[in-house]
Amino acid sequence: MSTRDDEERLELLQGTLDLLILRTLIFGAQHGQGIARAIQQTSDEELLVEHGALYPALQRLEERGWVSAKWGVSSNNRKARFYSLTSAGRKQLGKETTKWKRLAAAIGRVLDPEEI
Amino acid sequence: MFRRKRTSGDFSAEIQTHIEIETERLQELGLSFEEARTNAFRAFGNVTRAQERFYERSRWMAWENLQQDVRYALRMLRKSPGFAHIAVLTIALGIGATTAIFSVVDATLLHPLPYPHPERLVSVEDDLVGLGAKDVGMSEAEWQDLQHSGIFDYVSPTWYDENNLTGSSQPTRVSLLIVAPNYFALLGVKPQLGRAFNPEDHSPGLLPEVIISDGLWKRGFGSDPHILDESLRLDTDLYRIVGVMPAGFQNPGRLISERNIEAWVPTSFYGTPMPAHPPRNRRNLPTAIARLKPGLTLATAQSHMDALVANLQKQYPSDYPLQNAWTVRLLPLKQRVVGNVRQSLILLLGAVGLVLLIGCVNVANLLLARASARHREMAVRQALGASRKRLVAQLLTENLLLSCGGGIAGLTILAGTKQFLLRLVPESLPRTNEVAINWGVLLFAMLVTLLAGLVFGVAPALHGGRPELTDALKEAARGATGSGAQARTRRMLVRSEFALSLVLMVAAGLLLRSFWDLLQVRPGFNPEDVTLLRTRLPDPNNPKTDLYGTTAQKAPFFREVLRRVGKLPGVEEAALGDTASIPLDRSQQDLKLISEGRFFVMIEGREVQSNEPTVVERSSVTPNYFHLLGIPLLRGRPFNEFDNDTAPPVAVVNEAFARTYWPKQNPIGKRFKQTRADSKWINIVGVIADARTESLAEATVPQIYLDIYQTGAKRLAIFLRGRLDAAAIPGEVSGQVHSVDPTLPVFDAQRLNETVSSSLAERRFSMEMVGLFALTALLLAGLGIYGVISYLVLERTHEIGIRRALGAQSPTILRMVLRQGLGLALSGAAVGLVAALIVSRLMAGLLYGVRPSDPLTFAAITVLLLFVALLASWIPARRAIRVDPMVALRYE
Repeated sequence: MSTRDDEERLELLQGTLDLLILRTLIFGAQHGQGIARAIQQTSDEELLVEHGALYPALQRLEERGWVSAKWGVSSNNRKARFYSLTSAGRKQLGKETTKWKRLAAAIGRVLDPEEI
Repeated sequence: MFRRKRTSGDFSAEIQTHIEIETERLQELGLSFEEARTNAFRAFGNVTRAQERFYERSRWMAWENLQQDVRYALRMLRKSPGFAHIAVLTIALGIGATTAIFSVVDATLLHPLPYPHPERLVSVEDDLVGLGAKDVGMSEAEWQDLQHSGIFDYVSPTWYDENNLTGSSQPTRVSLLIVAPNYFALLGVKPQLGRAFNPEDHSPGLLPEVIISDGLWKRGFGSDPHILDESLRLDTDLYRIVGVMPAGFQNPGRLISERNIEAWVPTSFYGTPMPAHPPRNRRNLPTAIARLKPGLTLATAQSHMDALVANLQKQYPSDYPLQNAWTVRLLPLKQRVVGNVRQSLILLLGAVGLVLLIGCVNVANLLLARASARHREMAVRQALGASRKRLVAQLLTENLLLSCGGGIAGLTILAGTKQFLLRLVPESLPRTNEVAINWGVLLFAMLVTLLAGLVFGVAPALHGGRPELTDALKEAARGATGSGAQARTRRMLVRSEFALSLVLMVAAGLLLRSFWDLLQVRPGFNPEDVTLLRTRLPDPNNPKTDLYGTTAQKAPFFREVLRRVGKLPGVEEAALGDTASIPLDRSQQDLKLISEGRFFVMIEGREVQSNEPTVVERSSVTPNYFHLLGIPLLRGRPFNEFDNDTAPPVAVVNEAFARTYWPKQNPIGKRFKQTRADSKWINIVGVIADARTESLAEATVPQIYLDIYQTGAKRLAIFLRGRLDAAAIPGEVSGQVHSVDPTLPVFDAQRLNETVSSSLAERRFSMEMVGLFALTALLLAGLGIYGVISYLVLERTHEIGIRRALGAQSPTILRMVLRQGLGLALSGAAVGLVAALIVSRLMAGLLYGVRPSDPLTFAAITVLLLFVALLASWIPARRAIRVDPMVALRYE
């Protein structure tokens, strides 16, 4: 059970899910549920990831060649589809991360100009 | 592209795993299995939606949808075979006819000429603008100038001639082209057997070599493979056969006779039998073709040419008087070959395109009617969750399937009837031997098919794919059949159908009137019961061996032939003339200037002329030619037996000639002569009435007739008046001619009526075709309005029932329905009239004796169209009268 109510969580911004997935995969291959869980945990349960939305995103990333997938066995002995980052995906992650940081910083400056 | 990367089963399994792992994790946190599972699902969101999104993302879906749509469409069409057949047949006829006309356009107008690098081939035409004379031919000296100008790879004059081929059993006539030795190198074509002429051979006179056509090889020599180096006797001279051209090779000429050449003889156009080096202003080379140097555009070549002409004019001022304004035009050779058929063909393509368009509109109307019937089906499908996009896609698939069926059927019909259709095309149309259903034509057919499918399919699909659920229910309850928007679209379609038909009908009407007027023209001569045959006297290269060299040598032959054929059974009168004297002879018309025909005249006392045309048509005839053809003599006397080669030359001229040069004066006794230093003055002894012997469409062409006993022509026409047996006469006449000289061919027996009617062959072809298309259009438009009015009556059955119940009489109802039909037709016709005015102006060049905006034609066609509309509305109107009020009300 999650420790917060869904209402309090932040909806993901458009396009950020791809970035989060790529980021999560940097630590090694993972299956869908693991990715969802990881995003939720590393964001201190702040982010709301609808698990169902994860799969079309994974499908998309796979088509673009940023992640690759194959069936394997999970830690608790279940057959699961494991996704891992390709080298193209790694490059993409770098680009997206920079872009995102610039965006976040810029928005931060606009919202709180006196803090800088 | 359609390879599926992952099955949806694989995807489902992945989701299944996800739920299971998440459930286990939640159970580890202390939840019961049920709770854990519910929460896992909740966290996942909509499983089905995720699956659908996966499915839609895969490109596979479009393909599967298409397959499904096609399957469904085929099933639907099978279920209503009547509709499918009518629609497919309409489209098939439209596409078949359009493709047929396009294949002709493709071969004649679009395809380059069948020689290598055809874009560099040009026709060289000399004009004397100052004298109003076009394409007057060039002199030998000018040809040499062009050869050395640096503008051309090769220049070859071409000189059409006929020769007598003797040596075999029957003397025959062959059509011969005298060319420069570089002719074949210029065209870039090689013989199938033997060799081409040596382009560098510039020996004087005619070289004793000949290349024959595949046709002559087959006809005259049974395709003998050892034909090379055999001799051919042409006009008593021997030529060595050095080559045989491949089948299908044609000389790029304007007329059919120029194209179907049977033998080519090379010469450098000087030396016996031609003058040693003819003077510069002696334009005895009638036509010329040339190949531009590589990399030279037509415009650049023309500017070089203009500079050359200016130079020559400066260099030889006496040969090129400035007032003649000599110019040399370079035309793409294709333009010369295709000539003036472009306009007719484009008209035909436009007409057939309109028919196809009207056919499409009709099918669209049918589809809309069907869409009303399928309203409920669409509503139900939408209610079950089909998106609007899917509905439209499905309807569009159905419609495109119809058009593809139509396209395939149309092409099949076309392929099956190709030979028959080609026979309808007049022989004189250039390049019909190149007509073929090739890839270009197929591509065109495919595009037209697709376009047709879109034209007739889009509106119905958009309408059909937009069922308003509530409306559908309401209307279903009322028992009505269609939405207001649909009815509007259908009415608009019928209006456009009428507009298009009117345009087509007006075009056909104008052509018909032109043709009719031409048939009604009094030609000024009487072609009834006149038969003509041709023969020709040989023209050996060595004048000394010529048995018919002088007029005195020819005269006995003329007299003896006339005497003999005059005694044949049934012959009432016989006359001789040169080929220029054959009225309305299209096959040779433009060839006359070679040895006869056109004539530059100089009038006595007016040696320097300014704006008067000085080129007149000349024929040589025997004295009774005028009487035989029924051309009345208005003044003076006809020729008589004293006009012979020792007497001073005399002429009979037509009124137009007399009027042009001696307006309001008596022309008898006036003199003129050919514009050549050595020619004699010719006395006018008689004036005949104008006769349209040059062209039925032209009323007055200045013409002069000379006495054949004074001029002595060699290419002869024998005219016979009398009711003769068409089958026997060629044999009888050739028997009589052969008893005078057995080496002469007698050929081309023809009734003068046929000559007259074949002079209209091209006009007849356009008229018949456009007429046929217009009738089809009228029929389709009639069906269209019938369909729409029927539908409107059906829709208003209820209303009509109420009106009748309230006491409306039959005539009132009838008027009401007819007014609706007529209203549609009128509004369509109004648009059509405006369009027709524009179109008719564009086709002014094809008309004769009728203005493009001829009010009578416009009015008659409009009335006819409205009449058809009334008729087509009448049937449903009768049905409306018979509506039983009780039945109509029970619909409620």
